[in-house]
Amino acid sequence: MNDLNERQAQLQQMVEDMLREAERQGASGAEAGVNFDIGLSASIRLGVVETIEHTRDQGMGVTVYFGQSKGSASTSDFKPEAIRDTVRAACDIARFTSADPCNGLADAELMAREQPDLDLYHPWNIDVDQAIAIGIECEAAARDLDPRITNSEGATLNSHRGIQVYGNSHGFIGGYPSSSHSISCAVVGQQGDSMQRDYWYTSARSPEDLESAQTVGRCAGERTLARLGARQIKTCEAAVIFQAEMAVSLLRSLTGAIRGSALYRRSSFLLDQLGQQIFPACVHIHENPLLPRGLASAPFDAEGVATAPKDLVRDGVLCSYVLGSYSARKLKMQSTGNAGGVRNLTIDPGELDLAGLLKEMGSGLLVTELMGSGLNMVTGDYSRGAAGFWVEHGEIQYPVEEITIAGNMRDMFAGVQAVATDVEQRGSIRTGSWLLRPMMIAGS
Amino acid sequence: MSTTIDIARNTLLAPANLQENHIDQVMEQLLAARIDAADIYFQSSRLESWVLEDGIIKEGSYNIEQGVGVRAMSGEKTGFAYTDEIELPSLLEAGRTARAIARSGSQRGVRIQGVARKHDYYQPINPLTTLTESEKVALLQRLDAEARRQDPRVTQVIASLVAAHDVVLVARSDGHLSGDVRPLVRCNVHVIVEQDGRREQGSSGGGAREGFHFFIDQERALGYAREAVRQALVNLEAVAAPAGTMPVVLGPGWPGILLHEAIGHGLEGDFNRKGTSAFSGRIGQRVATRHCTVVDDGTLPNRRGSLSIDDEGTPGQNTVLIEKGILQGYMHDRLNARLMGMESTGNGRRESYAHLPMPRMTNTYMLPGEEDPAEIIASVKRGLYAVNFGGGQVDITSGKFVFSASEAYLIENGRITAPVKGATLIGNGPDVLTKVSMVGNDLELDSGVGTCGKEGQSVPVGVGQPTLKVDELTVGGTN
Repeated sequence: MNDLNERQAQLQQMVEDMLREAERQGASGAEAGVNFDIGLSASIRLGVVETIEHTRDQGMGVTVYFGQSKGSASTSDFKPEAIRDTVRAACDIARFTSADPCNGLADAELMAREQPDLDLYHPWNIDVDQAIAIGIECEAAARDLDPRITNSEGATLNSHRGIQVYGNSHGFIGGYPSSSHSISCAVVGQQGDSMQRDYWYTSARSPEDLESAQTVGRCAGERTLARLGARQIKTCEAAVIFQAEMAVSLLRSLTGAIRGSALYRRSSFLLDQLGQQIFPACVHIHENPLLPRGLASAPFDAEGVATAPKDLVRDGVLCSYVLGSYSARKLKMQSTGNAGGVRNLTIDPGELDLAGLLKEMGSGLLVTELMGSGLNMVTGDYSRGAAGFWVEHGEIQYPVEEITIAGNMRDMFAGVQAVATDVEQRGSIRTGSWLLRPMMIAGS
Repeated sequence: MSTTIDIARNTLLAPANLQENHIDQVMEQLLAARIDAADIYFQSSRLESWVLEDGIIKEGSYNIEQGVGVRAMSGEKTGFAYTDEIELPSLLEAGRTARAIARSGSQRGVRIQGVARKHDYYQPINPLTTLTESEKVALLQRLDAEARRQDPRVTQVIASLVAAHDVVLVARSDGHLSGDVRPLVRCNVHVIVEQDGRREQGSSGGGAREGFHFFIDQERALGYAREAVRQALVNLEAVAAPAGTMPVVLGPGWPGILLHEAIGHGLEGDFNRKGTSAFSGRIGQRVATRHCTVVDDGTLPNRRGSLSIDDEGTPGQNTVLIEKGILQGYMHDRLNARLMGMESTGNGRRESYAHLPMPRMTNTYMLPGEEDPAEIIASVKRGLYAVNFGGGQVDITSGKFVFSASEAYLIENGRITAPVKGATLIGNGPDVLTKVSMVGNDLELDSGVGTCGKEGQSVPVGVGQPTLKVDELTVGGTN
């Protein structure tokens, strides 16, 4: 994107045009967003190219308000007349939606006044041949590891860069470019008649922050080999460690339960828990939307509200919900700058590494894969398919599969014994492995 | 049958002043590289949705998406590019990018021609205009009233109506040109009930490749409202689900998600060509009891998963996957069929022009058996009867699959007793059907709510089955 500044100016102009058009068509307020993203995806399988994809995604969306009724429309068409047509479609919708006193733009005084540079744009000037070479190196590192690696789903390199711009009729307009890159690999191992597959990936804003292609391939291969010979265990109750990658899903359940829409609908297992102890006192969870190069960083939220670091859980006590302006008004609270989600959530690690956590547990289950949805958001009842390793005397004994783990999310949160230092860094949620009190494991 | 392709031409080519000879030009440019096959996929989609919550019409949105995907294939290699601009220069540019997968070759000529087909499995209508906006709003309000009328414990009702109008045109390097107009409507009702501080949820819905009248006919949508409340109230009474391996009786219809996860994905051609499926190389072998015959059928009239043509122009088909327990074949798109020396089964599907096609299911179901469903339940001493499910997932390679029950009951001494809380069931795809000892005579298809995800692409699908008994399945409860 050599013409980056030009492109950003162009998208900004489109947002301004849409807001002006909304006003012209009689809207009392409006907000609009435009995004543009180009990318390259190269997949290698068994040492040769499988697919080369050139992606180019664009979209613009507008929400118009007529008093307290609203309508939304979006399009991938960037022709000049599309702005008028899209705004008209949104206005047509607004005629039939109901007035809702909680509707409207986020409050003007919450708009981001400054838009700090969060260092999110590091384009990778990589051509197709270079991408192919990296993919080949990555997959080879997995396949050369051991003769039991017998097949491959391949290695993939993805590189994206784009710009997003948001504006509303408070006069707020903001935009920034960003990039993201990843290398992933998945291979298949065989032992006797049974096959196992596992994968690994690295993901970052800047190519220089990626793990090497070789590391990714080697991890994918090692993880696959470790699963060979997996068996079912007998139904039992046992302590459970969620390995960091899997612990991410527990924090995602937390944010799902404290987001505004679940709360005002009274469809959350953490209803009315603000100020209450929901974790042991050793647990601290905070959000930092302004983390430089963070994969979920943003200087303002999806409504233009300034983002800022904050605590969600301090000493085990829930100290903030995650709200956008609509749900905040429904709950008679103020937006927490979380329209569009939670950005870079971190749980403070404890003192043990994963090996230490296994010792702490003694015997139990190390969960390295979860399958299915299996969480009832209203009650917190939890039941998911799992695979991992059986642990005794603090040491991994053998791989297990075809089991489920079940409990209630509130008990699981209250039963956190320790969080390890092996922090997962590749997404919007950062956590080490969690050791939980015993859960029901169903097997043979 | 010329009407559908004419609608597609008028929608996709006419506004840009594109003619068939322009497509020839793009195709010839693609074929200047050493490629085996290429296709150009034009698409225009309109999506509209309305949401009612708290008794008011809270949200409405309208989405326009259109563009062209260009794919070139050489051996096992695929080059792909797409554009949101349906204009000749953008098409030519996408073609140049896609063909870079292969080296230059000699010039070849192509003459694209429209292909007629024998059957259309749905009407080429625009469902968005089958009701006025006021009528859509009124329908949602009736659903809200119907749900609240069922029981005073209903505290929240969220009802939604969604319609999609999808027009596609597929041009292939073998000269084939075909079009399709795909209507799709969907209605859903979600309720929260509350009693003595305990809360539960229930959800029901349906859909079809039809207009909105589908929901008004036979009061279908009102039925969704009643069903959502019924489920939520059952769950208010639910006790802890059992944990361990036991006989499981699955109800008819939507529990057919079993077939989708346990065997359907594992029989998709891409995984089998690559040898990464637990079913690879097993055609002709026994993978189920003799009671089990399973098909993937894209030809059912107006069903959510049906396709008059797939996204590669192949007519929808009814493909037998398992016959009386013996594995018969895989589901193919053109790429994997070509590489395996087989024919496409009309399962080449893509989420949109911006995604590559791959083998995907349509409507996957098991044919009825002979047993009376009541006798199937009566045959179980202690087990689980599961009638409604949330989602599922499968690991193709190990064969392990899950699906999560959202409404289930204990069976004790041949009788259905207490409702139990939702629980995930886990099993092994290649052998779960070898444990199916009884199959009912009550085949039902689901109500039209299924969406399948694979490699980041979502497509609408259907499932179905009669009541059936699996002698052993692991149930993930807490008790």
